[in-house]
Amino acid sequence: MMTAVGVDMKHIADWALNTAAVRGATYAEARVVDERNRALGTKNGKIGTAGESESMGVGIRVIADGAWGFSATEELTKEGVERCAAEAVAIAKASAKVKSQELRLVPEKAAKVDWTSPCRIDPFTTSMDENLELLTRIDATLRAVEGVTLAETNLNFRRYEQWFYNTDGSEIHQTRTVTGAGYAAYAFAGNELQKRSFPNSFGGQWQNKGYELIEELKLLENAQRIGEECVALLKAPQCPEGRFDIILDSSQLGLQIHESIGHPIELDRVLGYEANFAGTSFLTLEKLNRLRYGSELVNVVADATEAHGPGLGTFAYDDEGVEAQCVPIITRGEFTGYLSSRDTAAMIGRERSGGNMRAESWNRVPIVRMTNISIRPGEKPLSPEELIAGMDDGIYMETNRSWSIDDKRYNFQFGCEAGYEIKGGKLGRLLKNPSYSGITTEFWNSMEAICSREHWTLWGTPNCGKGQPQQVMGTGHGASPARFKQISVGAAYKGK
Amino acid sequence: MLNKERAYELFERARKFSSADDVEVLIGGGKSALTRFANNTIHQNMADENYDISVRVQFGGKTARASTNKFDDESLRRTVLAAERLAKVQEEDADLLPMYAPEGEPASDVVLPQRRFAETAAIGPAERAEAVGKMVDVARRLKLNSAGVYAVNDAADGIFNSRGVARWHEQTLAEVSVTMTAENSSGWQKANAPDVRELQPAMLAEIAAKKAVESANPREMAAGKYTVILEPAAVLDLVGFAFWDFGGLALLDQRSFLNNRFGKQVFGENITIRDDVYHPLQAGAAFDAEGVTRQRVELVRNGVVKDLVYARGTAERIRKSEFAAQLGTVKPTGHGFALPNEMGEAPLNIVFELAEGVQAKSVEQMVSETERGILVTRLWYIREVDPYEKMLTGMTRDGTFLVENGKVKGGVLNFRFNESALHMLSNVVSFGEPVRASGEESFDMVVPAMKVQEFNFTEVTKF
Repeated sequence: MMTAVGVDMKHIADWALNTAAVRGATYAEARVVDERNRALGTKNGKIGTAGESESMGVGIRVIADGAWGFSATEELTKEGVERCAAEAVAIAKASAKVKSQELRLVPEKAAKVDWTSPCRIDPFTTSMDENLELLTRIDATLRAVEGVTLAETNLNFRRYEQWFYNTDGSEIHQTRTVTGAGYAAYAFAGNELQKRSFPNSFGGQWQNKGYELIEELKLLENAQRIGEECVALLKAPQCPEGRFDIILDSSQLGLQIHESIGHPIELDRVLGYEANFAGTSFLTLEKLNRLRYGSELVNVVADATEAHGPGLGTFAYDDEGVEAQCVPIITRGEFTGYLSSRDTAAMIGRERSGGNMRAESWNRVPIVRMTNISIRPGEKPLSPEELIAGMDDGIYMETNRSWSIDDKRYNFQFGCEAGYEIKGGKLGRLLKNPSYSGITTEFWNSMEAICSREHWTLWGTPNCGKGQPQQVMGTGHGASPARFKQISVGAAYKGK
Repeated sequence: MLNKERAYELFERARKFSSADDVEVLIGGGKSALTRFANNTIHQNMADENYDISVRVQFGGKTARASTNKFDDESLRRTVLAAERLAKVQEEDADLLPMYAPEGEPASDVVLPQRRFAETAAIGPAERAEAVGKMVDVARRLKLNSAGVYAVNDAADGIFNSRGVARWHEQTLAEVSVTMTAENSSGWQKANAPDVRELQPAMLAEIAAKKAVESANPREMAAGKYTVILEPAAVLDLVGFAFWDFGGLALLDQRSFLNNRFGKQVFGENITIRDDVYHPLQAGAAFDAEGVTRQRVELVRNGVVKDLVYARGTAERIRKSEFAAQLGTVKPTGHGFALPNEMGEAPLNIVFELAEGVQAKSVEQMVSETERGILVTRLWYIREVDPYEKMLTGMTRDGTFLVENGKVKGGVLNFRFNESALHMLSNVVSFGEPVRASGEESFDMVVPAMKVQEFNFTEVTKF
């Protein structure tokens, strides 16, 4: 397999794996990555971001003396790769000086695969003039609304090509194309700053798609409404404090899944390997198949397969050569699965990894990561309007503004950009600064309704941080609007 | 390691491929290594070496950037052309200044302390494993579980442009963090320094272990307003969110909590803060991402916001804006980010100073003078709830204690807080000696421990 820069990937793999074996590695893998990114953005009618970047290199991970070692280099010559492999083995041997047990990997069948994520319109071939014109028109539409004091837009493309080889015999070539876009309006007046974003906050919507995603999002069509809602928030009443039934839009529910299901099911956290940074988990091993995580309506999967959709967690094989799978995480409310790797699966006596190892790029070690962690939509037809009609007195919240959760993933607090009063089954006044908080399992057990498939969206979270050194990863979260009983609302403003 | 001469040669090669009015090159990277341990075992151990060249081109009022980690001629040419394509499709920006020309800039008489140490650069996997082994030994002796990192970086950053900028900075940084875990409690410590000889991993492990042991069997306390003693890492992780608003562009954009507050009493009279990259406990380069020499800036004196930091373009725009009279003399301070960008600038070398007449106290002294309060080691997952009031939420973590009648009375279940940084810095009653501290939510600072009244805990978690 040759790249555009004329390097033969099989040669690199041979140099890496042979050197590792000669130096004493009992397992080795080489992961070559060639990635390209483009970021465009405007702020108040001017260019905010205009940049391209590319990066290429190889990361070599080995086991020697029963311990892990990893080294990475940008120097893709025979000398550079062999030196890198030798260093990885030396590092593994140093690791072995501080260990309490031998490392073991569950088996995985070797694969020879070439996979490319579906992409109808290559975003890198689209006209930059037109890209900028779209952003500029959105920016102008937002600022045309009286009271909008700041407008920001973004458009991002990424192509991530990876060649993976290991001593089990795998040769896996994958290419993913990612597109993301969004915008935000801000309104400052007196002693208050409000914000509205579309189609989601913190960068908008991101998927494993080409430019067709931009065409689907109807960005410009929603700009004026978003600007007007932003300004209206300044005069809206404060969201009340107390216990309320609430409805969350699908994007906020996606982040709720990310924080209070996606992270605590990471087996490396459960086993203590993130204790110093990201934290551990309340989902200790004895809770598997015994904990009532949520109500009967809560069905959650970790699904990296293409059948799940073009999520940021969709691939054919993970970054240690394990095939993409759909793992049931919560089944009719019961906790049924973890996210795992070949070594953590072995530690808990499993026969196979769930295929959840992912690395930010060539120079980072793969770690246990979310793929697409999604809640199944309701089986009976249910629209957001019907969800609201079924609520006598409550609050609807949409689009995340702030998020925080403790290091075992019990206590969380989320703020949203906009809230609406619900009275007698009807949407009422706009409310500013809505927030809610709770304990993870109590919250999911209070879920009493979720909208059906046609209201389900596979959201992309492009900025999930984990690991040391910290790695940023994109994850997918499918969700449809859902209703929860008697949730604590407004505690964020208690005592203010 | 890449050196200044080789970096300059790369700049010259890139420049030849460009037809732009001006070309700027940022070059950065180096070697980094990190040994990670948990369950008293090294479970991740890595090293990498990488350099990126980032080329900015400018045609009149149009500018864009492209970067690569491949330094052959073809890659440099491709990168330059990518930047040029992105620049040429833009509308002219009348506010975009020509690239910085240092000619005439007065020579600075301030010398940056030594920030690269061969002793740090020489640390290899064996030395890292040995240091980790000492921390694990502490855990084993006390029947605890240890987790943490030992990391070493040897990095270089430079900027060159076609108007004569040629700046270069080399720095090492060694870092240790350690968490000790017992059955229902934990303790944490973290430190870093350019000179590895200043780090004491075993001592940090002992302190973390003591916190884990002493916070065992935590009791549940009701949420509410408490006097808190925040150790330096907890202070910096909380107050760090405020400093992104101390740039001039944040004011122009009307996204700063200092809009309508500049020049006013924002914090208590005992709060004085400056940005000072030259401070012996600070780290970083003496120039910004346009090559402008970084200035010392007094941001807050006795609680009053006195000054902001400014990139070149921001300073020029402020001088023409409605803020000009309010802000007084505005000059570039050398805090600008790489152009083009949306953030403008920020002070990232924060130094808290003890105001005149304030005597530093140790954490032990603060405890002994506290009738009832909470001692906090570390804060976690801090996010902004209200940007204008700088109200932040987050959790306590890894060593939260009840203080009663001047004594630490054991651990408590962790709290969620919702607290305004403005309110917090208006209610500080005691300060420790400012030290170099490092957390996980904000950038490193020189900051003291603080005893704060009326700190707002709103909920309690289950551990």
